[in-house]
Amino acid sequence: MPLSPETSNIPAEVFGPSPSQTVGPYFHQGLVFGQGLVHGEENVMVSPTSPAAGERIVWRGRVLDGDGEPVPDALVEVWQADAAGRYRHPADPEHARADPHFRGFGRSDTRHPGHTFVFQTIKPGAVVRPGQPTLAPHLQVWVGMRGLLTHTVTRVFFGDEDNSADPVFASLPAERRNTLVARREETPGGVVYHLDLRMQGEGETVFFDV
Amino acid sequence: MTTEKPRPRAPSVHPAHLHEPYTSSVKRAPHELLMPLPHTLADETGPVFGTDRIRPDDGDTTRNGRVNGEPLGERILVRGRLLDSAGRPVRGALIETWQANAAGRYIHKRDQHDAPLDPNFTGTARMLTDEHGEYQLVSIRPGAYPWRNHHNAWRPAHIHFSVFGVNFTQRLVTQMYFPGDPLLAYDPIYGGIPDEKGRRRLISRFDLDLTQPEWALGYRFDLVLGGDAQTPWEEAH
Repeated sequence: MPLSPETSNIPAEVFGPSPSQTVGPYFHQGLVFGQGLVHGEENVMVSPTSPAAGERIVWRGRVLDGDGEPVPDALVEVWQADAAGRYRHPADPEHARADPHFRGFGRSDTRHPGHTFVFQTIKPGAVVRPGQPTLAPHLQVWVGMRGLLTHTVTRVFFGDEDNSADPVFASLPAERRNTLVARREETPGGVVYHLDLRMQGEGETVFFDV
Repeated sequence: MTTEKPRPRAPSVHPAHLHEPYTSSVKRAPHELLMPLPHTLADETGPVFGTDRIRPDDGDTTRNGRVNGEPLGERILVRGRLLDSAGRPVRGALIETWQANAAGRYIHKRDQHDAPLDPNFTGTARMLTDEHGEYQLVSIRPGAYPWRNHHNAWRPAHIHFSVFGVNFTQRLVTQMYFPGDPLLAYDPIYGGIPDEKGRRRLISRFDLDLTQPEWALGYRFDLVLGGDAQTPWEEAH
């Protein structure tokens, strides 16, 4: 379908991907309402009373800049499988059996106390499909902020799991793998996983080229 | 599996993370090379949003923020198509937009620009693309506004667009600009796009045929998503 210079900003001679731009400092205005389970709280991916299956967990962390200072205006998004390792998406051959009470998507800004992001979710299951390498339980993570013209993508693995056979984890240099592993803590309020994202410098988080 | 060596990001139209004229990038851009990602189901899938979350007027900022009257400014109608990298329409995709008001002011507590707020305008909208991959936004043309990146810095008029596509690799946040804006030449955010053709893709096209008499100016703004071109809904089952 060639696009016409008469009616398109992307006619055939310049056809190609639309370039990324920063989310800017004011994304809270337009990206905060309506998609979460709790109105206005996109980071609540399961409510305490939700019938969704799986262990309730919290992932909490900060986004740190090159000075080690927490970034107060970052946007973090999570995409993940349900507790049985199924995605609610037609590309997953198991999607018809995915948990109908769990969407799998969440977003949080870093305006929680201590400039943290917080996700209330369930621990995803390993993704097991015939003929494919098994994926260790993980979160797929998207990070945008003022100052980032193109977003970054990373993953979070869980410190209480054996991640060694995961094809993505195993592809990383051994000395950088721990930047993607969240530390489990049992608290009176429930299970909290801790992992900060470091944008640059020592201990810089592994970001992926998607 | 053997450990692969890092490689630079594949040449593309996307801006580099570090772009010194955009001063906020200096402390926030990754220094390490991006790692290749062996694609898995995690990347071939992505959030699916249904019509259950879209309300009437969500795609019309001239109505969805009204308190006691119409928002001020020049009404605009933005219509466009969402395509994948093979030129096929992307259907049922969520598009979210946010923007300043006609005076160049965001309704955000951190925006301290000395310009008036509009009590009837929040500047946010949400749309789903239809069966042709088309969307329509009704809004107010945003004003330019000053920022403190460098001396006498003003952002060109723009509307932020967030698009999900059909899988995680297509996720895109970008900005729509207006044709003929003299501020584009001085803007390090727009200028961070390395490729001239890429920059042109973000400038909407004025369309007199889309313009509605006595009501609103029309602009065309098509979007093309990169990433995996696979559109699972079109596969044979």
